[in-house]
Amino acid sequence: MSREPQVGGDDGRVQASGTKSDGGSDSDVESAIRQNRPALITYITAGDPSLEATGEYVEALDRGGADLIELGLPFSEPIAEGPTIQAAINRSLEAGTTPAAFFDLVDGLDTDAPILVMTYYNMILQFGPEADVRPFVERAADVGLSGIIVPDLPAEEAGPLRAACDEHGLDLVFIVAPTTEGERLDRIMSRVTGFAYVQARLGTTGARADVSTATHDGLARLTEYDVPKAVGFGVSEGDHAAEIVEAGADGVIVGSALVDIVADHGADGDAPAAADLEAKARELKAGARRGTTDDRAEDTPEPEQP
Amino acid sequence: MSTIDSDHDGEERRDSTSTFGDYGGQYVPEALMPAVQELEDAYERYVLENEDGFMDEFRRRMREFGGRPTPLQRADRLSDRYDRDIYLKREDLVHGGAHKLNNALGQVLLAKYMGKERIVAETGAGQHGTATAMAAAHLEMPCEIYMGRTDINRQRPNVYRMRMNGAEVNPVDAGSGTLKEAINETMRDWATTVETTHYVIGSIVGPHPFPKMVRDFQAVIGQEARDQVREATGRLPDSVVACAGGGSNTMGTFHAFVPDESVALYAVEAGGSSLEIDADAGLAPNSATLSTGTDGVLHGAMTRLLQSDEGQIMESHSVSAGLDYAGVGPELAHLVESGRVTPVTVDDDAALEAFHRLSELEGVIPALESSHALGYLEHHHEDLGDLVVVNVSGRGDKDLETVLEETEKRDLEAAPDVEVFDG
Ligand SMILES: Cc1ncc(COP(=O)(O)O)c(C=O)c1O
Repeated sequence: MSREPQVGGDDGRVQASGTKSDGGSDSDVESAIRQNRPALITYITAGDPSLEATGEYVEALDRGGADLIELGLPFSEPIAEGPTIQAAINRSLEAGTTPAAFFDLVDGLDTDAPILVMTYYNMILQFGPEADVRPFVERAADVGLSGIIVPDLPAEEAGPLRAACDEHGLDLVFIVAPTTEGERLDRIMSRVTGFAYVQARLGTTGARADVSTATHDGLARLTEYDVPKAVGFGVSEGDHAAEIVEAGADGVIVGSALVDIVADHGADGDAPAAADLEAKARELKAGARRGTTDDRAEDTPEPEQP
Repeated sequence: MSTIDSDHDGEERRDSTSTFGDYGGQYVPEALMPAVQELEDAYERYVLENEDGFMDEFRRRMREFGGRPTPLQRADRLSDRYDRDIYLKREDLVHGGAHKLNNALGQVLLAKYMGKERIVAETGAGQHGTATAMAAAHLEMPCEIYMGRTDINRQRPNVYRMRMNGAEVNPVDAGSGTLKEAINETMRDWATTVETTHYVIGSIVGPHPFPKMVRDFQAVIGQEARDQVREATGRLPDSVVACAGGGSNTMGTFHAFVPDESVALYAVEAGGSSLEIDADAGLAPNSATLSTGTDGVLHGAMTRLLQSDEGQIMESHSVSAGLDYAGVGPELAHLVESGRVTPVTVDDDAALEAFHRLSELEGVIPALESSHALGYLEHHHEDLGDLVVVNVSGRGDKDLETVLEETEKRDLEAAPDVEVFDG
């Protein structure tokens, strides 16, 4: 896929580099959120049930209105994941998904939404011949990935990956948990690029029936930071998206609810799964828009010419 | 305490206290970072500085409840057999039947001092779960244990013991249903309940400060043994031998001897059925992490791992559940890299033989884990010098079923037929 700025899809989404007040340029990821606010960020596990299917699903999510797409590169010990995504990771590993094949898939994708990879630190370390993060980041940049999210890498340990991402122009998204406070919160918010991944509740990923109060609290204490905030962990319906955006989020992240759709369709019938994913993305995006109180959603900027 | 520090060329810098050389660190989800740092603080205050008399209370309880100190015993028949002085450090005599209580009691007590209300722990062989359940009952803390389904099936007696002590035992069905999956699931519980719950990790693994803290609770093994061997023989041993799964009995035994350069330290890993790995199947038929593993990050630390080229963690194997783990403590990884500790392996067959040998010759039934350390003597005693200390990390009662079953499949030297009565 191309990392050149380009005009967005039929719903007026924009993928373009914005300009910050300090003269610095927003990344693909940051502009995808800022310019499509409230943004929809979707997660599925790559290789579940196959990498070919993932290709179709990504395109369906892109058509359905996803502004950013996270692809999970499966790791055998997914400690931050609940049962739904654990099962998806197992299906993907059983199908033989490898990092090399994952990168090849991404290389062939053509989406308006920038794509991020979400994986565990050991997968990043082991891509090259030695334990070193750089070969992974280099390849990620080559195939047009825009950023990396690592659920088991706190900011304290992120020095080498931060440096490699900076060198290759990739965003490194940090998670902000309900337990993140004080000085650590300040430091993390000052190091995030792309967006801050606001964890809606303690625990693991997984679709939930409601929006936690931790979400409201979490967003309330982040208002002072000028970094886009997207809320994930448990978001599964358009109404959740609306509530979260109303509470001040710039985007919502939905994973398990989409992975459930993939799981329900099993290995056969990629086309119906793709159609359902596209419809679910539309529902979520519409929900997110309902949450805007100041009509910012209708105010979406005109597509910029590259 | 590790910090995010940007003064240095815009790069974050880690404080060396969270690492051992290149190993260790704190690779945990953000939600757990505050808890890990709270634990660092509690570790420094209570364990290192004995605030509020924490360590005094810990030592008193280990005497009165735990049965410390344990003896260092000369093994007369083994000494004859190997033609040198063999001493056994009898951690099998600690309450519960293994060294595990040293750590479990320390951490449950620390959780109390920290004001936590609930304990979770993983267990492999069930020894750590048992020790944690006992400590939790002793100190009146609610306790939940995660245990892989395979391990539940091969360590029944320990499952019942945990439940007798009032702990809930949660089976883990993921993967091969052994220790690694149990740790994953306990971390998930902790990430959900972190505000009220302490995770009593069972070995010198996990994010800083666990590897150091668990080692410090276990270091009593080597401190006692070092004094005892000098009292008995007037000198330091030539070598010290201990089995290594995660490595807590290992570092517990070695720690006091690390500065004694004349003392060779042998970490005996499970050779399983073979040292060859089947990369396509993701299987390592052994748990020889220090001997054959490569560097990577698992369960919160940079360490040596059994993993595929791509970074997927392998399913390990050992006849002994307590050694069956694809990782190892970062401190051991470091001491092996620096050359201070020598990693060696003993396979399933040799461990079973050693189990029978010690039972028959010395009247001590060792844990299958400890049998690996004992098994090393059989073919390598000549490398070990004149005076050898072997840590018997636990007793073998929990293993009797496995041993009977596994012995039946094999033609083992030193194995009595316990099913047949003649006379
Ligand atoms: C008796 C005994 N020894 C050794 C071990 C291995 O653990 P570590 O390597 O942490 O001492 C276990 C683990 O369950 C055990 O029960």
